[in-house]
This record gives sequence, C-alpha cells and structure tokens, in this order.
Amino acid sequence: MLLIPCPHCGDRAQAEFAYERTADSVVPLDAAPDQAVAALFTRTNPRGIDEEIWRHTYGCGSWMLIRRDRVSHAIEWVKPIGPAVLP
Amino acid sequence: MIRFTFDGRALTAKPGQTLAAALLDHGIKLVGRSFKYHRPRGILSAGVEEPNALVTVGTGGRAEPNTRATDLYVYDGMVATSQNRWPSLSSDLGSALQLVAKALPAGFYYKTFFGPPKLWLFYEKFIRRAAGLGPAPVEADPDRYAQRAAFCDVLVVGAGPAGLIAARDAARAGKRVILVEQDAELAPSLLRDPQEIEGQPGSVWAASVAAELRAKGGRVLTRTSASGLWDDNFICLSEKLVEPGQVPQGAFTQRYWHVRADEVVLATGTLERPLTFANNDRPGVMLSQAVRTYVSRFGVVPGQRVVVATSNDDAYLTATALRQAGAEVVAVLDSRPSPAGQDSGFAVLNCAAPVSAAGGKRGVTGVTALIDGAERSFACDLIAMSGGFTPVVHLHMQAGGKLDWDDAAQAFVPGATRQNVRTVGSAAAPAPAETFGALGPAKQAFVDFQNDVTVADLDLAWREGYRSVEHLKRYTTLGMATDQGKTSNMAALDRIARREGMEVPQAGLTTFRPPYTPVSMGALVGLATGEHAQPTRRPALYDLHAAKHPIWLNAGYWKRPRAYPVGSETLAEAGLREARSVRQAVGLCDVSTLAKFEVQGPDAVQFLERVCQTTVGKLAVGRGRYTFMAREDGLVFDDGTVWRLEDNRYLLTSSTGGASRMATWLSYVRNYLCADLKVSVVCVQEHYAAIAVAGPQSSAVMAELTGAEAPRHMSVSETGIAGVPVLLMAASFSGERAFEVHFDARHAEAVWRAIEDKVLQAGGAPYGIEAMELLRIEKGHLVVGPDIDGRLTADELGLGKMVNKAGGWIGAATLHRPDFADSMRKQLVGIEAVNGGSIPEGAMLVRRVGEQAEGHVTASGLRIMEGGSIALAHLMGGHMRHGEELYAHSPTRKQTVKVRVGSPHFYDPSGERYRD
Repeated sequence: MLLIPCPHCGDRAQAEFAYERTADSVVPLDAAPDQAVAALFTRTNPRGIDEEIWRHTYGCGSWMLIRRDRVSHAIEWVKPIGPAVLP
Repeated sequence: MIRFTFDGRALTAKPGQTLAAALLDHGIKLVGRSFKYHRPRGILSAGVEEPNALVTVGTGGRAEPNTRATDLYVYDGMVATSQNRWPSLSSDLGSALQLVAKALPAGFYYKTFFGPPKLWLFYEKFIRRAAGLGPAPVEADPDRYAQRAAFCDVLVVGAGPAGLIAARDAARAGKRVILVEQDAELAPSLLRDPQEIEGQPGSVWAASVAAELRAKGGRVLTRTSASGLWDDNFICLSEKLVEPGQVPQGAFTQRYWHVRADEVVLATGTLERPLTFANNDRPGVMLSQAVRTYVSRFGVVPGQRVVVATSNDDAYLTATALRQAGAEVVAVLDSRPSPAGQDSGFAVLNCAAPVSAAGGKRGVTGVTALIDGAERSFACDLIAMSGGFTPVVHLHMQAGGKLDWDDAAQAFVPGATRQNVRTVGSAAAPAPAETFGALGPAKQAFVDFQNDVTVADLDLAWREGYRSVEHLKRYTTLGMATDQGKTSNMAALDRIARREGMEVPQAGLTTFRPPYTPVSMGALVGLATGEHAQPTRRPALYDLHAAKHPIWLNAGYWKRPRAYPVGSETLAEAGLREARSVRQAVGLCDVSTLAKFEVQGPDAVQFLERVCQTTVGKLAVGRGRYTFMAREDGLVFDDGTVWRLEDNRYLLTSSTGGASRMATWLSYVRNYLCADLKVSVVCVQEHYAAIAVAGPQSSAVMAELTGAEAPRHMSVSETGIAGVPVLLMAASFSGERAFEVHFDARHAEAVWRAIEDKVLQAGGAPYGIEAMELLRIEKGHLVVGPDIDGRLTADELGLGKMVNKAGGWIGAATLHRPDFADSMRKQLVGIEAVNGGSIPEGAMLVRRVGEQAEGHVTASGLRIMEGGSIALAHLMGGHMRHGEELYAHSPTRKQTVKVRVGSPHFYDPSGERYRD
C-alpha cells in the first residue's frame, strides 16, 4: 500500500485516498468534440511515468495531481489541485 | 499430558508438540489422502511448507480445514480429522482413482473444457467429490478477530539467530523494533541444532535477546506470520492468539496487524528441497531437517532403520542425530563424488541417489538407489532426503526485489531491492548443495505433492508446447495449492531447464504473491461482520419511523420506510393504499436522504450552468426548476432540482442513490475544471431534513401550517412550521400538487409531527418508497439507477426540450459523436399490458419470444386508481414506436406479458393537477 504525501496532511496510507483518473483523460470545458472524444476513449496507457488525479477522500478531501512511475510505484511529486486561495 | 483426538481416536501429546510430532510419536504415518489421486500421504516437513499432512481441526463453525499438522500445536481437547478420504483414511475408495490416473493428466480440465460441454457436466460430478481438500464449515464462525495498526523503524521477520541479532542491533541503536516469528518458539533452528551463542545455550540466549528487545520498548510476536509485504514497506502480520480450532481464552482468536516500517529485515531462512524419485510421496519419506527437528526438538524418532539421501553436508547432522537417538542409519546416499561424506563415520555411498521407494500406506519398506550406474536396494522404514536449500524470498519478491543465482547453492538468493528491505542470515547465503534432476519412473515421481503434479505431467505439458514457466504452472496447476509450491517450484524449474537444455535462471520464475501462508478470512474481515459489514445510515426521522413498525428498505446504506402497513396489510396492499391517499387527499413522506448542495458566490450561476444540462441563469429569485446532469461523455447520470434562494445563493438537490457520486463530481468540477470561479459548493445532505407533502389537499395543509398562501408550483418561500424556519419548495414527484419542506435536521421530529397531524385531519396518511414508486411511475418521473442508468442522452430520456441550447454544460462537446445520431439507440418509453397480467421488472422487450431483445423494463407499476399494469422501459428507437405491440418476456420469472408502447406519462400528461 502506497504512502502518499498529501499536500495538506503529509504522508498517509493509500487506503485514505481515491484514485480519480489520469490527467490526460480530463476533458477541458472548452474542448472541441474530437478532443473530448480522444481524451475519453482513445487515451494512452503509458508504461512508466504518468500523472494522475487523486483525492484524499477519507482524509481532508482535497484533490491532488500525482506524478508517479506506474512500474516501480515511485512517486515523483504531488501538487495540490484547486483554487489558489480558498474562499 | 495433553489429550486430543485424530479421526476419533483418543491420543496424547507432550507439551509443545505439533500435531505432526504427536502423530509420529504414536507411530501414525498415514495422515491424509492426496488431492487428485488419493494417494496415501504422511508427513514431509516440520514447518509451514508442509504439502501433505493437511487436517481439519476444530468442530462446528470453529472448524478450520486444510491446516498443516506441522504448523499446529496440540492443545487439550483438540479434535483433528483427516481429509479427502471416504469412508476412512486407511480404506479410501477414492484411491481406486490411482488406477485411472491416466484419466487425469496435466491439463485435464482444459482439455475437457474444449470437448463437448456435456462431457464436462458428466466429469464435474465425480471430480468435485473426488478431488479436493477439507470442506469449509457451514456454520458461522463464533470467534472474533482483532485488527491493529502499528508503526516501527525496523521490522524483523524471523527470530532465528540472524533475526534476533538484527533486531537487537536496531534496538540498541534506539530504533523502534517489531520482531515476528511464525513458530511458537524463538529461534526454532536452535531447538533443532542446539548450540552455544555468546556463551549461553541457544534457547537461553534467544530468550535473553527477546527480553532485551522488550525492555527497550520493542515488540516480539511469536506465532505470527508476516503474510505480505507491499509498497512503501506496508506489512501485514497474522498473529494466532490461540491455535486453529481452539476456543479463545480472551476476546479474540487472531489478530491481524497492519504495520508500516521504515526498514524491513528479512531473516526468513531457507526451505529444504525434496528429491524427485518414484514414490517420493509415500509416508515415511521426509525432509532431512524435518527428521532432525522431530528427533531433537520434539523427542520423536520417526524411523528405526533410516536411509539418508542427500546432495549436501547438512543431512549428515540428521544422520548423527538419528544415531544418537538409537536409530540405525542403514546408508547415506550422497549424490556427490568421493570424498564427500567419507569422514563422517557413516556407510556413505557416493554418486548415489534414490530411484524408487517401496511400500504403501503403512509407510516405506525400502528404497532402490542408483549408485555409480548400478542399482541396489535397501530395507528401511524412513527415508530422510535433502535436495538443498531454497531461501525464503517471498517477501523480498513481493516488495519488488530482484533475484540473483547462487551457483554453489543451486538457489535463487535476494538481489537488488526497490524498497528499504534487506535479507540476512541463511536466506541471503544458503548452504551449498548440488542438484541432479529426477530419477525413476516419471509417473510416480512427484514434484508438487499437494496438487499431485508428477514429472510425467511436466514432461507432457512441455511436449504439448508449454515452455514458459507461467503457462506450465497454469496448465499443470503446479505450485497453485495452498502451499503455493514451497517445496515444488525449484524441482519443477530444474526439470524444465533440463528439458530445454538451459540453466535454471534462464527458465524463469513464477510470481510470488501474498499471503506467504494462508490467512483466515476472519482475520482479514476483522470486526466488519454481520450488522457491521457495512455502515448503516439512519435519517434524522429514523426513530419516529421505527415506532410505526414500517417495512424497511435498504437504500444504499440508508434505512428508509418502504411502507407503513396497517393491520395485516401486505407490502403491495399498503403501498397501493398509501398511493391512493396521495391521489385522493394528501400524504407525507420522508425524503431527507436526497442529496442537497448549497451553491453560493458571485459565479454560482456559471458553475451550475456547467453542471446542469438545463438553463439556470433565467431563474428568478424564489423560483426553481427540474434539472439533470451529464457526464463528460454526454450521457445523463443524475437529476434533481435547482432553486434560487437569493441572488447568488442556490440549493441543488439530486438523487439519494447518487449522492456521494454527485458530491465527488461537484468537488471535481469545482476544484479541477472551474478552479477560477468564485463559488462555494457545500454538501448539506444531512444538515437538512426534508419532508414531501403531496396530494390535492397539500396546498391547504401547507397554508394552514404556515399561515400563509402556499407558493405556486416550482416556487420557494422561506417560512416556518411549528416554530422551525423552513424552506417551502413547491415541487412534485408524484403527479399531484406537492411540496418539499427542507429544514434544520435537528428539528425533524417536531416538523414531521406538525405536518402529520394536519395530513391525518385532511384524510391523508404517511407514505413510503413503495407508494412513491407507484406515483412517480404513473406520472413518468425518472429514477436514477433503473431509468437514468447513465447510458442514455437527455434526448433519449425524453428530456431533450429542456436542454440548454446555448451549450456550455459538461458533456456538450461529446454529444456530437455520430453514434448518438443512431435512431436505433435505446429510448425511454411507457408500456402498458394489453391483455392483463403484470409486467415483470427487468423483463426484456421482444417482438416474439425467442427473438433478440430490443429493450428492457426499467420500472414496473400500475394505474393507481383504475388498476392495470404499466411500466417504463428502454426500447431501441422507442420514440418512433408508440402504438407498437411487443412482449415483455422474463425467462427467469417465467412470465410473458403482451404490452403496447406509448408515452411514459400515463397520468395527467398536461400537468393540470399542479395548479390549485
């Protein structure tokens, strides 16, 4: 079970997190139809480094982008996602 | 003296003996029957690797099948039973299968699957009876299993000398240490081979190290197996607080640990390899170190006339121990050339190896050996064999480690690691040994004892083209039994390598998967059983409903009243009565479980217009509307209502079942897609209780309760009921004039009682989910799950006219996919039974029974006042097929009903009843 450094809570067990999706599967709000279809249905599935969206669902609830190696499971970095300043 | 029974026979054991030791002590050699061929089997090992001596221990719900007799300490009152035999262990009918062994070669299952299906159905009946292990108990397990989390700096697996020293070094360096040992005793190898360490007898030294560890705050856990090692040094430990089948002395029978360690030290030792020769599975053929363990640790001499067969020096210690215990060592067969063993003082024969054992279920009676090319036979009652030592690298491999090949030991040893894991002791440096392959008739030479895989099976698979180890494993079931091939994998690799003409390292290895030894399901589940298997969510009004003794519905985790039966009413009768009271007068229903979100801020409208497929911007303050939401793929996944409470403040409701999904979705959209918007989205699902009041009398009831005129349809007012401030939203899910009252959940009971009083005075009644379903189906309102199933577009659901033409909502781009233009995609329709009968929910829609399904029934109801079966359905090209007649056919319920396709709005399609 991975140890994931949550940007808000520090190192926490993977069981506290939910994997959401790979970052390249996100459909931007202004996506053209072809772009949207490509992101949803014909995306890559790289062996090795990928960027993924996770959420600390059973912790603080915050979202984060995790860059990690899907072969060695090593986490390169974690960045918070969301408004720069919380309202 | 400890008393126990084996197959009903009363026996005794000495304290500290395993079941295997106690049975050998009583001269019992036959312990089980093999998995496939029912061959008589005895005891091979003295540890967790045992493939043969599997028993069921305990009775009733406490019975634990497939327990290794070598890993089970006898306790007073223990009931052990042999397995896979009938009518008894010594006269087993299934052993007749040995005569038809030809019928079950490698890949038997696969070959049968590819044959005619009827053949498999025929075989299955007797295979399921004949091949197998102990039956699982049918009663519930009466015991409780604890779970516990822990953290440490260093976790040491294995309390042999190497593990104890590693743990002591860490503790002396100020580290927090956990030391685990699967045996009941520390340093079991020192009980087998007593020696002095640091001037103390081995076991005394081990105890003093453990005492020092504990004194320094460390934890020493015996009878604890490190079952798996995962990413970032997450380790699971399975601790037996009592033996399998034993009544627990405390609250728990086992404890399952989740440990996170900075460093893991593996001092897991080695497993001895069997030799491969004909009848090497007979009772009385044992591993050399195991024989020594029984002699030196348990005081049991398993044979009086012993042949030792070895490829290494270690077995000479066994010969010595046997001689000291008074047994006769007939010969030592050493595969290595002279002078190996020649100075030992035993009758050593070099370049010698066993070819075939003689004897049957009562044990071996002799062995034939090949000595420098010539055969020679020896009479004996025990064969102690050693084919070298395999390091226990399971945890190292589970943690992503690599292996190196140690040529002197003919074994894989731990290599590079990915995590902070290191291996010490004999697991890192096994004793030298040689290998020489299998001898004797291949059909009786067993490689995998537990799954009955012979050398002949491996050869057959190889001839049939299974060259990769992974394929060969699956084809022959090698290494796939409960022992996971602990004693068999290396012998199999050796055979494959020889056939391929390559070295063992080139043959490859199969994956090492957790658990290292079997873990009780109960330990994994912990206390999450029965009522605690999943959370129970009780709405704010739960106690009030419970007092009415309703029929409950488990809606996700929620407990919701399905109906409130009066007298002897059935569910259907109560539901219909409640629905009629709504049609004719008024009813009230707890809808607190609805998902509710407050959306506030200057950009609240922009946010909602992205989430909702309908317009939101045109809503005036005090107004609301029906809405629905699409995923990025353009398909509708939820629906609800949106209300403008103030200029920049909205309340969004959505379905109960989709509540947590919607909460996640809104959070994702807000944080990832719309991070620039000035908006706050807060889930208020449990903050607000909600009560629906529906029926022609509802506006009169609300006016009386609030002292003001009720808001018109799809308007909202802030008012009060029973002194509690409420949001009064005029919205309907029933086809009648109706309201939803939302308010602070802490006042739920007061508001409910006030409304219920007036409803009863008006001739109405409370209603549950059953009536709600009948009402909404007749009106053609959709429910998330069956009707809105995430596979249809708004158009296909008949909601196309409400879609925001300006776009901008999530999913708009994808909706232009050409697939969606296909008019034969499924669309929502209503169907009505033509010649009576009840339309079965989930039935398929067909033109004629036996033809391809063109749709399915999503929700089945009836005309509440008039009777007659109606339903909602998804039908291919359904919008253009109104008037067509089809059959609703349910093969599982054996029902077929003729139906006519039409509009899903059966009741008041123009909505006149929403107006007062």
